[in-house]
Amino acid sequence: MEFVFTEEQQMIGETARAFFAENATSERTRKAMAAGGPDAGIDRALWTAFCQELGLSGIGIPESAGGAGLGLVELAIIAEAAGAQVAALPMLGSLALSAQAIAAGGSAEQQAAHLPALLSGEVIAGYVHDAAITADGTSLTGAAGFVAHGGSAQLFVVTSNTGAWLVAADAPGVTVTPLTTMDQTRPYARVTLDGAKGEPLADPAAAIAAAHRAGFVAVAAEALGGAQAALDRTVAYAKERVQFGRPIGSFQAYKHRLADLMIEIEQARSAVYWAACAVDEGSDEAELAVHAAKSFAADTFFLCAGNMIQLHGGIGFTWEHDAHLYFKRARAIQSMLGSGEWHRERIATMILGEVA
Amino acid sequence: MKLGFSAADEEFRAECADWLNAEMAGEFKDIKGITKLTASPERRKEWEQRLGEAKWGCIGWPEQWGGRNATLAQQVIFAEEYARAGVPGRVNHIGIELAGPTILAFGSEEQKRRFLPDIAAGKTIFCQGFSEPGAGSDLASVRTKGRLENGEWVVNGQKIWTSLAHISDWIFVVTRTEEGSKGPKGLTFLMMEIDQPGIEIRGIKQINGDAEFNETFFTDARCPEDSMIGAVGDGWKIAMGLLAFERGVSTLGQQMAFRNELDELIAAARANGAANNPLIRQRIAKAEIGLRLMRYGALRMLSNTDHSKIDGAALTYKIQWASWRRNLGELAMDVLGQAGEVAEGSEYEWDTLPNLFLYSRADTIYGGTNQIQRNLIAERGLGMPREPRGDV
Repeated sequence: MEFVFTEEQQMIGETARAFFAENATSERTRKAMAAGGPDAGIDRALWTAFCQELGLSGIGIPESAGGAGLGLVELAIIAEAAGAQVAALPMLGSLALSAQAIAAGGSAEQQAAHLPALLSGEVIAGYVHDAAITADGTSLTGAAGFVAHGGSAQLFVVTSNTGAWLVAADAPGVTVTPLTTMDQTRPYARVTLDGAKGEPLADPAAAIAAAHRAGFVAVAAEALGGAQAALDRTVAYAKERVQFGRPIGSFQAYKHRLADLMIEIEQARSAVYWAACAVDEGSDEAELAVHAAKSFAADTFFLCAGNMIQLHGGIGFTWEHDAHLYFKRARAIQSMLGSGEWHRERIATMILGEVA
Repeated sequence: MKLGFSAADEEFRAECADWLNAEMAGEFKDIKGITKLTASPERRKEWEQRLGEAKWGCIGWPEQWGGRNATLAQQVIFAEEYARAGVPGRVNHIGIELAGPTILAFGSEEQKRRFLPDIAAGKTIFCQGFSEPGAGSDLASVRTKGRLENGEWVVNGQKIWTSLAHISDWIFVVTRTEEGSKGPKGLTFLMMEIDQPGIEIRGIKQINGDAEFNETFFTDARCPEDSMIGAVGDGWKIAMGLLAFERGVSTLGQQMAFRNELDELIAAARANGAANNPLIRQRIAKAEIGLRLMRYGALRMLSNTDHSKIDGAALTYKIQWASWRRNLGELAMDVLGQAGEVAEGSEYEWDTLPNLFLYSRADTIYGGTNQIQRNLIAERGLGMPREPRGDV
């Protein structure tokens, strides 16, 4: 039992934080936000550098499947660093959800056919999940409304609650409609399958379980990074902004709010790394932990981002300031991959049983 | 990063559980499951001595002083198994967790020999004399005076909120020993025997009807000159060092007591159907999450060996658990409804959950109120400007 990062984990964190701080700048992120078509919400150069030069895209994918090994703790470290900069990257859909699903549930052939291109960044995958998707043989019908970076995807991993398939984005019967999305760093698309050909993943249950666990942990970690960054930037502002002849951070009403944010963030940090570690170690707490991490970290991020606007005053409400990037990302994370209420009800069911 | 315990640790866990369960089924059956700190004090002092005899009293201490030199993982395990076995809280927790470590860190060799073996053996029960009527959150304003007279310290003044003073043998006291000094300067840390004519203890009846806390009056109370820890004027430094020990492994034992309280709440919700109410379910899930995060926050804080930076998990821990427990008390009353507002017998005595509701209002006050905690977090953790000091 030692709940601190190893030296290797610290190094990964330092590398990732330096990379995103230097490259995922506000200017570049805003360029990606303004882009249309398949580049909407993606800093392509950043994605290529992340996947190829930095070589961090394979983390959390077993070496036998062409990844870099390691586990969700390391994946969370990277997602936290990306989240701190609200980086415009398809990391969630392509890596944390789709690549994890293929690595866990794909046959050796399916892994070999798809993972190298996903990990190199040459192919972007979108994750399409809806309980109502039906299969007639290999012909899929259904739709999912909010596929992250779906407009950029060449490949979809499609899951219902029991089935998992690979679907080419340009296959007949697939309609992808990009949507104007509040969080422009991760725009959604509506994906409709109308008799589209799906190639079943070899072990759908394993694919779904892996995607969901990694997805919950990755967004939770991203939320943690975003929450900490929102607090850090607000703290910096509190020291420099002077009103009534004193730094606004000297007002107790202000600093108590900052303290409340730190209290939540410290818990979110415990939640994220507990969940990542519990999954990696195969602990029987893993299921509870991922639901706890997703719901808690998302709420923490939203609290911090909302306060970031409030505590910046008027400047925080402008398009020019980055506060709205955090605020919108936080709101999106609260709703995606299950709301806080849904995750907490999963936990309630574990400890109280179903509603009688 | 690793959360699992080794096979050797699991063996140790079994050893702890076996011993504790045997004691709770045998000679100490009568105290099993007691949650109130004031209940059955004499039997619980005997329990402290039993722990001491079997070397389970202070397992993290060096063997030389009656401990086992236990690793962090072992201390975590013992704390967990202790509460799991339904063993009541330690009436000497101040001695074990605060006085002992303070003597170990700042005391002379002679003082270590004088105090540590008896604390470890459960023979010396300590209480803490910090707060005063005029020095609550503002601890540095203590006015209780100490002066040296013929090789003895003579102490006059009043302490308040001295938890369990009425069953304790010794009290450590922060006294103002430099005439005219203000704030943290001029304070000295003394250890005093309670059974003497100059010390009088009066219980304070609390909102739950119980009296765990006391007023302690000093009227020419005395202790030998060498009962001072550190040097004259070191009192503030020693007191702050002592408070840092409050965030030790004992927090995990405290959490297991919280676990028992949450489990009791869950059982009550299932029994009366509140567990079917979706709003209650959400709040119970939040309580469960909060408790787990407390555990992992504590493990982060205890695993951390890099003390060059502020440890956010440690700094935020007090307000986190205090607020969690207060919320749990409120949730308990929402689960129980009016049934929580009536006691079984004719005495004004409360079962675990209603008592939790009342008692937890103290949690957000003692040991630094939530408001003081927020100041500390903002100032030490986030570098915000310090509160201006009045000049009263």
